[in-house]
Amino acid sequence: MKPTLARQLDTQARRLMPAATTLALVLLAAMPSHLPGLARIMPLLALIGVYHWTAHRPDLMPARVVFAIGLFQDIVGGGPLGLYAAVFLLVHGGIVSQARFFVGKGFIVLWFGFALMSAAAATAAWVVTALFNAALVDSRALFYQYLLTLGMFPVLSRLFLRWHPSLVAGS
Amino acid sequence: METPRIITRFAQPMRGLLHRFAYLGLIAAAFGLMMLGKVDTLLMDRARVHVVDAVAPLLDALSRPAAAIENAIVKGREIARIHEENATLRAEVEKLRQWESAARHLESENESLKTLLKWAPPPEAAFVTARVIADTGGTFVHSMIVGAGAQDGVKKGLVVMTGDGLAGRIAAVGNHSSRLLLLTDLNSRIPAIVERTRTRAILAGDNTDRPRLIHLSDGGAVTAGDRIVTSGHGGVFPPGLPIGIVTSVAESGVLVQPFVEQARLEFVRVVDFGLEGILEGSPPPRIEPASRRRAARKEAAKPDEGTGR
Repeated sequence: MKPTLARQLDTQARRLMPAATTLALVLLAAMPSHLPGLARIMPLLALIGVYHWTAHRPDLMPARVVFAIGLFQDIVGGGPLGLYAAVFLLVHGGIVSQARFFVGKGFIVLWFGFALMSAAAATAAWVVTALFNAALVDSRALFYQYLLTLGMFPVLSRLFLRWHPSLVAGS
Repeated sequence: METPRIITRFAQPMRGLLHRFAYLGLIAAAFGLMMLGKVDTLLMDRARVHVVDAVAPLLDALSRPAAAIENAIVKGREIARIHEENATLRAEVEKLRQWESAARHLESENESLKTLLKWAPPPEAAFVTARVIADTGGTFVHSMIVGAGAQDGVKKGLVVMTGDGLAGRIAAVGNHSSRLLLLTDLNSRIPAIVERTRTRAILAGDNTDRPRLIHLSDGGAVTAGDRIVTSGHGGVFPPGLPIGIVTSVAESGVLVQPFVEQARLEFVRVVDFGLEGILEGSPPPRIEPASRRRAARKEAAKPDEGTGR
């Protein structure tokens, strides 16, 4: 039986959700917090979205979507265009190539994987920025940002996991 | 219906290969964009402001609850301290009254001296007040997005201030949003002077909360506690805008604490002082025709060839 139009639209909307939520995270991270010092070390929320959805539903977070999200992060953040596009793609590629390690593993393993991946991402971003500006950037803020991002991972990841059943129902 | 086995046997590796090519292509595109951005900043800025313009209403809506919560907290704190604050304010009013009379006296004196000297006043400054709608100051870039753009009269290079002092300048302008490059950003360079000694220097951001004074004109005639103001050289910032206070003088550099608390920025004033200074990205002034410039370059290259041999 051919699904009705409403049903098709519903399915499409569900399939778009991983990308849409990750794009929303980019905007959320740019919100002025008015807390002294927080803006400098604001966690890289979009990376959590990219990692989570690539690990759980790689079909809904393909490389071109990751590229678009990274580009959006660059545009909103004001950094060199392409920096986070490349960094997010590296994380995406890392998970896809190590799928055997990630698929079907418990939360702690995924968190550990995220710790490694985001450390690599932060290092890559730092190196590229240093090359791009031909200047060494202070790495302390980056370190605290890394820690905060790591701390935010369980919160967001748990939130996303709640949506998984509805995603499965849609596809 | 089942797909013939021969097709799946070839299709699977082919698909993998295609995926890998697409992935590498996207990575190459990301690096290509970075290179392009390095070469042609103007093109990238233009593309960027359009996207930011499109999401500006969203950012604006998102920034409001945060501002409301902040206001509520600040109000609560103020009520708790109201008595104590009243006493200190009374004392301050007393002190300021004396300053006011001194200022009035100096103002009238200044006025009369100006008429004596036929002093040409600088052009009147116009300003737009704008809300900060996104604080994108991450670890690599210190910038913010403000909710006013070209249609409100904001132009690239305008000075951004608060009541406390200089915050930065406008780096890119969209239709109804623009990007504010904070003075702590790695790419911010502001001609400044030490107010007490009139020592010239450049205030250079380095992505930390305290920018440094570099190129001090007479080797470190500066001490902690000195006020730093803009010098007006280069014609982007008018002279005398307060920037910050020197916090430490060491071998590694002179650090300045800006007066403006960047995390608390909510409303900023975008000021047009009518200055047409040298800005990055603006075309260099053409002084001589290209043919003559080429000839001059050839002349200059000659001695180099001589030493090369």
